[in-house]
Amino acid sequence: MNDRSVAQRPAGTGDPGARRGVPAARPDSEAPIPPTTEAEQNAPHVRPGDRIFRGLATGSGIFIVVLIGAIGLFLLLQAIPSLALDQVSFLTSREWSTGDVNNMRYGILDLLLVTVVSSAFALVIAMPIALGIALFLTQYAPRRLARPFAYVIDLLSAVPSIIYGLWGLLVLAPVLTPIGEWLTGALGFIPLFAEGNVSIELGGTIFTAGIVLAVMILPIITAVSREVFDRTPATHVEGAIALGATKWEVVRTTVLPFGKAGYVSASMLGLGRALGETIALMIILSATNAAFGWSLFDGGATFASKIALAAPEFNDPRSAGAYIAAGLVLFVLTFVVNAIARAIVAGHKEYE
Amino acid sequence: MAKRIDVKDLNLFYGKFHAVDGVSLAVPPKNVTAFIGPSGCGKSTVLRSLNRMHEVAPGARVEGNVLLDGEDIYASSIDPVQVRRTIGMVFQRPNPFPTMSIRDNVVAGLKLAGERNRKKLDEVAERSLRGANLWNEVKDRLDRPGGGLSGGQQQRLCIARAIAVQPDVLLMDEPCSALDPISTLAIEDLITELKKEYTIVIVTHNMQQAARVSDQTAFFNLLGVGQPGRLIEVDDTEKIFSNPSQKATEDYISGRFG
Repeated sequence: MNDRSVAQRPAGTGDPGARRGVPAARPDSEAPIPPTTEAEQNAPHVRPGDRIFRGLATGSGIFIVVLIGAIGLFLLLQAIPSLALDQVSFLTSREWSTGDVNNMRYGILDLLLVTVVSSAFALVIAMPIALGIALFLTQYAPRRLARPFAYVIDLLSAVPSIIYGLWGLLVLAPVLTPIGEWLTGALGFIPLFAEGNVSIELGGTIFTAGIVLAVMILPIITAVSREVFDRTPATHVEGAIALGATKWEVVRTTVLPFGKAGYVSASMLGLGRALGETIALMIILSATNAAFGWSLFDGGATFASKIALAAPEFNDPRSAGAYIAAGLVLFVLTFVVNAIARAIVAGHKEYE
Repeated sequence: MAKRIDVKDLNLFYGKFHAVDGVSLAVPPKNVTAFIGPSGCGKSTVLRSLNRMHEVAPGARVEGNVLLDGEDIYASSIDPVQVRRTIGMVFQRPNPFPTMSIRDNVVAGLKLAGERNRKKLDEVAERSLRGANLWNEVKDRLDRPGGGLSGGQQQRLCIARAIAVQPDVLLMDEPCSALDPISTLAIEDLITELKKEYTIVIVTHNMQQAARVSDQTAFFNLLGVGQPGRLIEVDDTEKIFSNPSQKATEDYISGRFG
């Protein structure tokens, strides 16, 4: 099927030459190799191995796209009938009651805000720490130390989220109580640190949840940033050193500009994970009937934790549909975050 | 400005590997010295030891002295960062900082040294770009990224960056090996120009280039695999290429090497 394009490309045409700073491109997999045995004379252009591999690779690609499309479609189909039953505005209402199927009242505003605020708070904590760790591991740590250290960080991502949830509620929350009390006392005039709608003493606040989330997303941000920083071209680093740059100046003039886009998209990956985190937040966040008041010491529920808590209601399709509609919003939110991350990475490539 | 270099009994190591054995040579000021020799003979390593870049590699070690106008740059009181600010270096592959504009690339060294005066920086940028024979080609796009230039222009940008800090010495590690013949010629002309102001040491695999641009040539060689590189002889370029005193040098420059 590609005979024409293959025919136009003589066997001698190799890679047009490495571009600066880019490893030489792999030779085109479709470039014909002169036939060596008679059996191959019949099909000189594409060998069976190539064809099979291309089929498998293309199939996998199509499969994942279809799968995502199917998930989106499923969410949409399940959500629409329930949305029709909604008695309040889905996007702007703060009410959520699905108990009475004749009077379904549900709006996602609070869920959305709690989800976004807790994840954003987690990101604010995790980003600088991850940056510090990644720079330490790639620039400052002796090789012998960097490896085991990196493994330990990666290990953090292997801890099940239920463990994080229990740790957050039983261990971290009591530790954070005095800090929370001090913050509300000293900085309470700032809405973010105002007295919340749940007990600080019990610790089921967005504050606790955000810190646990920060720990949870730290490994992914660190790991990706580390990879990116490690790939800073040695020639740039040498150039900076030869100009008389100190270690920190080398980092500032070469490593950070080179790795910035990777770091930001790593953070977006982390944000995506935080947005979808379920069990840990389900355990930590205290339920409340009061509306979200923009305080870190509020309780509430995120999309994911709300849906998980409502599992017993799923036997009624109307009620389940309401949660699926909420899930759809989470899906879109995560999708947007990932799209932003992609755009940032793409912008970086252009610039290279 | 231009200073002389005296290397005395220099031994260089990478971990346990003895890379260069007992090199002693003198580089006069305002003079071009070429290092030639087969790959792996340690000429780049010696060059990198002249501005303390050698020790950046993990496990690298230096024994011996390198005197810059009589002052040992390996003395314990000397800060290697300061040494590199006074001895510029140009690398094999052009390596302008890709995130910086052409102007910022040129003045990067000055900014590292703490110069913030915008007017001064602009002056230096123009002077250095003129010095590197690049000004006319880039004066209308000083704010564009340095990575957008051609390879030869990028290399001249790197030279401009190196001379912007007005170094005592300029080291060049095969500066033309990634360039086409026309760009190579431009750089060679530039080296001849720069010689009036700077002490230059250049590593090259191109013997015609060594013959064209240098006043003095040092020939390095390996006695065998795993053996350290040695300085075989150093003399006036004319003498090395017409009547070298060592047979190995003659074999190498006449292509009968190995």
